[in-house]
Amino acid sequence: MKTETPNRHDATMHDSPLTIGGRAFQSRLMVGTGKYPDNATMLRAIDASGAEIVTVAVRRVDLDRSKDSSVLHHLDPKRFFLLANTAGCYTATDAVRYARLGREAGFNDFVKLEVIGDQETLLPDVQGLLEAAKILVKEDFKVLAYTNEDLVTALRLEDAGCAAVMPLASPIGSGLGLLNPFSVRTIKRRLQVPVVVDAGVGTASDACVTMEQGVDGILMNTAIAAAQDPVAMARAMRLAVDAGRAAFLAGRMPRREVAFPSSPTEGMLD
Amino acid sequence: MNAKVDVVINGEHRSVPPGVTLLELLAELALDPRAVVVEHNRQIVRRPALGDVRVAPGDAIELVHFVGGG
Repeated sequence: MKTETPNRHDATMHDSPLTIGGRAFQSRLMVGTGKYPDNATMLRAIDASGAEIVTVAVRRVDLDRSKDSSVLHHLDPKRFFLLANTAGCYTATDAVRYARLGREAGFNDFVKLEVIGDQETLLPDVQGLLEAAKILVKEDFKVLAYTNEDLVTALRLEDAGCAAVMPLASPIGSGLGLLNPFSVRTIKRRLQVPVVVDAGVGTASDACVTMEQGVDGILMNTAIAAAQDPVAMARAMRLAVDAGRAAFLAGRMPRREVAFPSSPTEGMLD
Repeated sequence: MNAKVDVVINGEHRSVPPGVTLLELLAELALDPRAVVVEHNRQIVRRPALGDVRVAPGDAIELVHFVGGG
């Protein structure tokens, strides 16, 4: 993989890898593979993002072969960690069914679990999510649970044995950015398992601010795929995630309600 | 006794030869068994068993794979 940013190593030099379900990943940016204008752009964007974890969806094969829709023709599973999702599922039963199919189709026991509760907002059905998570954990899945920014739900998902909890920044595909930094920060502070923000990032500053909350990573799709130049945006996101992470590790200065001069107040002329 | 049997594949009604196995069905559809996952009446059938499972009238078969998603 080509490294476009010479100081990438510097930025993350003192960082530990992101470990989820016993697997270590160097990149804290995970990307989706949906909604790209074409596969070539998608591949170049994924390269530019530096992502190792790449999400995919499980869908019916097109029996008429009118289009070549299998993403595996384009993504080398030896090079990327393919994370199957249960996107589009509205019940725990459906999500479990899709997760099992995904495990069969895929190369690992990881699943990004989504149980959607509302069509307009695509907000999660947390009851169905917990139900599905418990079933899948029993079946030895490594469950990465897409959830809202509610602490109690996040704690219950962790108790249920999820490998990671994925609170949203804002609704899927909205690009509204991190609407509730306090809640996401609280979730991160209280959970032991990795917290990866999933959905809602719109542009690089959103990714940076999100990482500054101390979360372990970000998963995004539309922000890159729907940018005017997805490859350039993927690179921007990679830099932003690195910058946000580096800033978090550096520890920001305290906020003050009043100014505090940067230059000496002594030695001024009469 | 050449009557075909009606099954539902990916939500579409299809007629297939009686007694056809899932593996033969994939071949008929020109699908690579390594590239799809087969669900037969809600049960996943793993690749080594595809040649052992015969399709019966009214069966529901789902053939899935990975597509782009977030």
